[in-house]
Amino acid sequence: MSIGKTSATNGFDLRDFIVKYGFILVTVILFVWFASTEPTFRMQNTLFSMLKFTSVVAITGLGVTLTMVVGGLDLSVGAIAGLSVTLSAMTMVIYAQTGAIALLVVLLGGVLVGLFNAFLIVVLKIPDLLATLATMFTIMGLKLVPVDGQSVSSGLILRDGSVAPGKFTPGFLLIDRAYIGPVPLPVAIFFILAFVVWIFLTKTRWGRVMYAIGSNPEAARLAGVRVKRYRALAYALSGVFASIGGLILSSRIGQGDISAGNSLLLDAVAVSLVGTSVLGMARPNAWGTTLGAVLIGIVITGLTIKGFPYYAQDVVKGLVLLTALIFSFTLSRRKSRFVPAV
Amino acid sequence: MVSAVEVRNISMAFGTNQVLSGVDLTIDKGQTTALLGANGAGKSTLIKILSGVYSSFTGEILIDGKAVTIDSPTTAKLAGIETVHQRIDEGIIPGLTVAENLLFDKIVSGEIPRAVSLKTIVSEAEKIAGALDLNWNRSKLRNDVYELGIAEQQMLILARTLSRSPKLLILDEPTSALSIAESQNLFRFIKNLEEQGIAVLYVSHKLSELEQIAKKLVVMRDGKIRNEQSAPFSWDLALKEMLGQQELGERSNFKQVQGSGVILKLNNVQLFKESEPLNLEIKKKEVTGVIGLLGAGKTELAKVIYGADELISGSMDLEGQSYKPGHPSDAVRKDIYLVPEDRAAESMIPNWSISHIATLPFMGDFSARGIIKKIKEGIRGKELVQDLKVVTTSHEAIVDSLSGGNQQKVVVGRWLQSNPKLMILDEPFRGVDIGARRDISKRVRDLAATDVAVLVLASDVDEILDVADRVIVLVEGKVVMDVNAGETSKEKIVNKMSEVA
Repeated sequence: MSIGKTSATNGFDLRDFIVKYGFILVTVILFVWFASTEPTFRMQNTLFSMLKFTSVVAITGLGVTLTMVVGGLDLSVGAIAGLSVTLSAMTMVIYAQTGAIALLVVLLGGVLVGLFNAFLIVVLKIPDLLATLATMFTIMGLKLVPVDGQSVSSGLILRDGSVAPGKFTPGFLLIDRAYIGPVPLPVAIFFILAFVVWIFLTKTRWGRVMYAIGSNPEAARLAGVRVKRYRALAYALSGVFASIGGLILSSRIGQGDISAGNSLLLDAVAVSLVGTSVLGMARPNAWGTTLGAVLIGIVITGLTIKGFPYYAQDVVKGLVLLTALIFSFTLSRRKSRFVPAV
Repeated sequence: MVSAVEVRNISMAFGTNQVLSGVDLTIDKGQTTALLGANGAGKSTLIKILSGVYSSFTGEILIDGKAVTIDSPTTAKLAGIETVHQRIDEGIIPGLTVAENLLFDKIVSGEIPRAVSLKTIVSEAEKIAGALDLNWNRSKLRNDVYELGIAEQQMLILARTLSRSPKLLILDEPTSALSIAESQNLFRFIKNLEEQGIAVLYVSHKLSELEQIAKKLVVMRDGKIRNEQSAPFSWDLALKEMLGQQELGERSNFKQVQGSGVILKLNNVQLFKESEPLNLEIKKKEVTGVIGLLGAGKTELAKVIYGADELISGSMDLEGQSYKPGHPSDAVRKDIYLVPEDRAAESMIPNWSISHIATLPFMGDFSARGIIKKIKEGIRGKELVQDLKVVTTSHEAIVDSLSGGNQQKVVVGRWLQSNPKLMILDEPFRGVDIGARRDISKRVRDLAATDVAVLVLASDVDEILDVADRVIVLVEGKVVMDVNAGETSKEKIVNKMSEVA
């Protein structure tokens, strides 16, 4: 009788190696290629601006990762980030409030939308993908109502003909522009949040339980786990992460651009999915999402420096995602169980 | 009686596992033959052979006395064998009307042209419904099929099946989703079919139904036909054959004790919407064994106590105080634990280690300010492996890599380690080898000796007699026997189980 870990072969198993380290290898190879052929790519500035560029996607992706851990998927994150941009602009420009209040309003908005998703999924029992899709459309439209469908920037003419009294405060603009030592603030936020999510998922009881829910919700329930509460928590956190992404985005643009965040959803979901394949874990995880975001950052920065047209970016992102999915589903011997059923 | 279908010397094996050996069966025209057998007796295999799902068997199938080749679902249908499975939703096509569903075969085959008015279809369907006494009017036939209740959906599938004029109709647990009134309706329908000369093979664990509808009873065990009877049936004999007649000498030796002190009291608890209310006291210091066939309400009883199912009616008292668990976590907090019936679906988390599975229900005890205490968790895993003699390389091993018996030790052991007050085990010995079964039994006995109440639920009489001090027999949601194990015998228990309502 064979007992214990499944057949450990002594020889080198190429398939296992590719599943485990393929992704990291691709990242390193691309990095070396760009760095050796493009001198500008090597500059510290370029590296940090690449990380800064990728931080919004990465932070939002970390939230998506949390929902994937409980067996769901939050499709409303792009819309939440977009809502955050509009909310922050409204608070500062139209209501002439401080940056700190804008920040609170945005985070509150993120929590509320996350809880609304949780309500749809946990209480009304709507499948995750469909519920968050509905939320996405609803808030994308809803955010346009108070601003009459216009982007909010200082000097905006309001409905009653008066000029909007406020503007983006210098403090708020610093969110994207400040540095901690040589590190841009968004990059620092990204790394801190990635670290926090990593600790949460791997070291705390809550993360452990969330993985149990994602793998076998019924077994988790019968082990006494309050499955609904944890799923609600995942969506609430996802809302908060998306609104933090939105804050950075808003600070970067410096105006309430109504189209902001539109392309974020696909990128955030993509980096989370890419993340599942890292180290052959075949499950959503903070490390993977971080690495996935960095990889996509490297690729896009590199290709831009090499002079590829902007529309090549989506093709490349698509191919990166496809490769990751092949690693997770086709090559991995572990059963992947992180994609929600509709 | 004229035979509709004869099965001669059918054998089949999956690898080295002989699932059917030399089965001979005659199913007569115009009457219902009941097929009875425990899980793994070979019933499903036999049905699947007859309906063309399995083709790698040896032996012969004769229809109207002539040998036929059945090697696919299509050839089975052509030969006149129709099967209605337990899961009726697989046969319903959502989004189509009742009439279209009724005539679906003809629409697919092109017998009814593709472009045809709903009116034509409805009037065609009306003829079929009328011929079968279904009393479905035109407006009902025009409705979306989802507006039918489960019983009516089942009738629809039956009607569709019958429109192909089968010689043999196989019904697999047809009443599992039906109310009593709906079941009676179904039986009238079956009588009607019998009058038309159709042979029916009826599979069910509900003896009262078989009593009511069948003229002939066939009992299977371990891939063989063990007993054949014509009505009136001796259920006693049938159940003995179904459950096996091992000598009681095999019983493990333990000193039977009588419990003292009621832990949990069930007052007028209903296990099914239409079952009689049940009263039960579960005591400390003894192992209470609950025996019942499939569908007798064992799992329902376990899950109601554990807070995993809602209480239909009645109330429970835990140590004299009202107990209303709204969620399994309420039960766990009160040290009431459950090892559920289906290990893979209800206990296991794929790719998790033994230690992680062990601590999942008690994460609060294995963490401080939320951070998991790895060392404490590892110790718990090691203790579990040692205590229950789990055969594994390490407590860090992935549970999927363990044998069924050792997986079971893990999911039982994780609760035993955490001081239960009431420990419920639903079919703890299913798919478990004899060694693991002994180890688990021993631990359960030891547990009861330490002032704990233990409730073991199983459908196998020997398994229960092997471990229980007190025996309760459930039949269709009702307690029909409640005695000390020492004062009863397998004979008497089987006798009670076969009591027909």
